[in-house]
Amino acid sequence: MSELELADRARFEQLVLPHVDAAFNLARWLLRGRADAEDVAQEALLRACRFFRGFHGGDARAWLLQIVRNTCYTWLEKNRPMELSMEFDEEIHLQACATPETLAIAGDDRERLILALETLPPRFREILVLRELEGCSYKEIAAITSIPIGTVMSSLSRARRQLCSALANSSTKGAVREV
Amino acid sequence: MKCNFADTLLQCYFDGELSGRTAAEFERHMQHCAHCATELVDLDLLRGSLQLTQLYKPAPASLRRTINAYIHPVAPGRAVSQPLLWHWLAAAAAMLFIGLVLWKASPGLRSDDYQAELAGEIVEAHVRSLQPGQMTGITSNDERVVQGWLDSRTSFGVSVRDFANRGFSLRGGRLDTIEGRDVAVLVYERNGRPINVFIWPTREKDNPPRTGARQGFQWLDWRKGKLEFCAVSEADTADLERLQELISTSAQISRESH
Repeated sequence: MSELELADRARFEQLVLPHVDAAFNLARWLLRGRADAEDVAQEALLRACRFFRGFHGGDARAWLLQIVRNTCYTWLEKNRPMELSMEFDEEIHLQACATPETLAIAGDDRERLILALETLPPRFREILVLRELEGCSYKEIAAITSIPIGTVMSSLSRARRQLCSALANSSTKGAVREV
Repeated sequence: MKCNFADTLLQCYFDGELSGRTAAEFERHMQHCAHCATELVDLDLLRGSLQLTQLYKPAPASLRRTINAYIHPVAPGRAVSQPLLWHWLAAAAAMLFIGLVLWKASPGLRSDDYQAELAGEIVEAHVRSLQPGQMTGITSNDERVVQGWLDSRTSFGVSVRDFANRGFSLRGGRLDTIEGRDVAVLVYERNGRPINVFIWPTREKDNPPRTGARQGFQWLDWRKGKLEFCAVSEADTADLERLQELISTSAQISRESH
């Protein structure tokens, strides 16, 4: 049963519901699966609905994505705690960074790109998704993830390099397999 | 050779986060720095492949449906839950008491001021019904279900019709107490706004619609076929008049067909 007042209901529909896709997409990349993402995005949206009265204007997308992110992390802590402690081994992975050629090839290979993105630690994955898929500014990313802007910049830089090398690695492996 | 600019400045430039002046400075730098120029191409290729492979997926329809259902609670045939029922009974008892006191204390009240008093009470009942979780006694858009629910609880016959095809969707029905007597309430929705139609028996003769406003709500009252109707909503009076016509016409037709 809805706990929204009638007036809030209209505001919620107008401000928050346009960002259901963004909410689902972030959850999908953080949890790496459609079914879990739908459950957790739903939980986050219902929570947003319940606490909508506490939202006093501002950027509704950032507000919603913040709730989605927190709900995802709580879910991960409970269901896959190993994943959160996962750290990318830069020593190993950054040996070879992708060249424009390997990236161009990657552009044709969706599966490989998804795989490469999924090998990144969640904190790097989310920052890439927010920047590249969601088109968020550094300021918005900082608001959603509650990390300082300086850290957003350095994490984004590292996340991009890691994705490059993950792609380069997978392309080398792919080449070996093909031989 | 690695360039000192490469890490943060280059990235800020690529993401459009540099101010106009700093961006121009960086562009001048890039003319002489092959490293930064190459990095920029790499970043662009990476973005291109991320966006071209359609990694962004729209939310499934089932997710949207669940959220919408939560915001607009309409579930066919769902009865009022136990605590709410008690709430209603307590409210009904209080209203009955107030009604009796008013009836005894001021018989003269039931004259010219009658309409104003009545409208006030009905608007209050309408406002009460807007409280979360108290929308309807029975929530259903099936006219037969609502009809059955009301018939088993009232002694006067109310004909229940859904006018969804005319823009007034039936949302349910409930019982309320106005001036100490039971009234049936039909709940309609018009453009997302609820309209309550209060109905009770009367001995007075038919009366054309009268309208008024109170606390920001419009009401429209009419009598027809030994029943008095009062529709209340935030909606326009014109909407209430349309609903009144629909109800009156459908009642006429159902009487003639019997």
